[in-house]
Amino acid sequence: MTMSTPSTSPKQSSVFRRLIRTWSGGLSLFVLLLLILLAVLVNLGAIGFDPTAQTPDDRLLAPNGTYLMGTDQFGRDIFSRVMSGVGSSALISVVAVTIAGVMGTLLGLVGGFFRGVVDVVGTGVTNILFAFPPLLLALTLASVLDRNWFTVAVAIGIVYIPIFARVTRGPVLSLREIEFVRAARSTGMSSVGIMFKHVLPNIYSIVIIQIALSLSWAVLTEAALSFLGLGSPPPAPSLGSMIYEARTLVLIAPWTLYAPGAIIVTFVVALNLLGDSLRDILDPRSKEAH
Amino acid sequence: MRRLIHSAALRKTAGAFATLGGVAVFVFFMLRAIPGDQISASLGTEAAGLTEIQRTSLEEYYGLDQSLPTQFFSWVANLFQGNLGFSIRAQQPVLDLTLAALPVTFQLAVFAIILALGVGVPIGMLSASRVGGARDIFGQSLSLLGLSVPAFLLATTLLTFLAVNFGFNPNGLGYKTLFEDPSVNLQQMLLPSIVLGFAISAPIIRTTRAAVLEVREQDFIRTARAKGVSSRSLQFRHILRNALIPIVTMTGLQFGYLLGGAVVVEQIFSLPGVGRQVLMGIQQKEYALVQSTVLVIAASFVIINLLTDLLYRAIDPRVRAE
Repeated sequence: MTMSTPSTSPKQSSVFRRLIRTWSGGLSLFVLLLLILLAVLVNLGAIGFDPTAQTPDDRLLAPNGTYLMGTDQFGRDIFSRVMSGVGSSALISVVAVTIAGVMGTLLGLVGGFFRGVVDVVGTGVTNILFAFPPLLLALTLASVLDRNWFTVAVAIGIVYIPIFARVTRGPVLSLREIEFVRAARSTGMSSVGIMFKHVLPNIYSIVIIQIALSLSWAVLTEAALSFLGLGSPPPAPSLGSMIYEARTLVLIAPWTLYAPGAIIVTFVVALNLLGDSLRDILDPRSKEAH
Repeated sequence: MRRLIHSAALRKTAGAFATLGGVAVFVFFMLRAIPGDQISASLGTEAAGLTEIQRTSLEEYYGLDQSLPTQFFSWVANLFQGNLGFSIRAQQPVLDLTLAALPVTFQLAVFAIILALGVGVPIGMLSASRVGGARDIFGQSLSLLGLSVPAFLLATTLLTFLAVNFGFNPNGLGYKTLFEDPSVNLQQMLLPSIVLGFAISAPIIRTTRAAVLEVREQDFIRTARAKGVSSRSLQFRHILRNALIPIVTMTGLQFGYLLGGAVVVEQIFSLPGVGRQVLMGIQQKEYALVQSTVLVIAASFVIINLLTDLLYRAIDPRVRAE
């Protein structure tokens, strides 16, 4: 973050402090950090069991002292599988939103700043991607790409590019006419320099809000893809495929459905609360739903 | 002035058609990105048994020996003649399959929207009645849940819970259209519409709340109050009517979510709609089916968005003036 820019956005440190002071911001950050911590500890083998290790003698055990969330039809520890699933879902979503954020923001920034042909092409691409229902596009992309966690992230990332392009382009259009940008231009600064040094820092709050909201959509999309059998291939644990497998087990072992179900809802609620609190802090004027 | 209106509407329409053209190109090339060739993809292990001559004749039959642009334009030319391709598994033209599937998804979407508006608008208005009050906290929590509970989780839970405890599982039988058996059809549509309706009621609650709060601050509301307009009339005739534009826009936008969510919900509740058609095409590697169905779905979404846009241009003179 450059300090030479006359930025209207609050400084980052104060944003963080204001965020943890609100109950929803503090609570959601706490829940998210706790989930990530548990996921890391399970993946390091520090707590729980190996998420893919099968124990035939311990099939479909109800939650107990050893298996906090019970076991599944192969005697695998559901707690470890759920936490490992949270880890891979977080990884995929972060990579997906990074792809969407970088590509989409560049598209909106360059198009809005330079106008002309670049803008027409950028807006056209945005409109084309917007013409697809998000889940349908992710599904089709995931089905044509080779299946591994990274291609799933790419598929989800492409789907959310247009949102970033659309939310950044508008503000960039008005920023390019503002006095300090004209002043920078009159000093002979290059266009690319102005774009990155003076325009980009002024749309960062919009991008941050969008990142938080997109993370929750990405988690939901990843879960839906793996529910439909188009996520990361098995035996890698994923929340969506765990819920898919639980459909036939729910009668005899309801915890196979409720454990991953409760965790995914908690995860997404926390991400949504974080997005809402960030929006309240960074953009008080906006009362819109999306 | 009138000419300007027409040109704006025309510009929107032309833009939508340009987008559709782009969508066709995108869908076509996306499905050409499949690793390996299409014949091996659709035949699976059987492809290994093909002789060189069989393979060549298959390639010729599907037009795969042509260049990509030729393939693209012959696909588009066929589309215009109503030929969407042929499904090998179903032994039926894709057009017939799609024409049977579209009404299912459309009915589901309309029911979900009616439910979402019926629940979302009143809750959004109640939520806005006192910011921070008990009703507001209820409305906000409900919309947070609607945004956060995955449709497949709600669907699976509802389905198993009702089937186990009440033996209610109308979707276990074969699907009946509204005309074949209205009672069975409505029962079959009930749970899927609730699942999708719950999800889209969330943005509708939020939009209604925000719009009502904004309209309430306007001068004409104070004037109406001062004139002695009754509270009920103020709520509905003055506030809600002016809050409708963002609500209509948001509802139109949710159509895309519905068409995507339909894939999941139709799969779980065994409804033979377009969403399930795409998924089956993907699972059975029938890419001709996937290609045409995805295009049809995207086209419906573009058209719905265009209609929403033209609709609120018609409702709201302020948009026209811009």
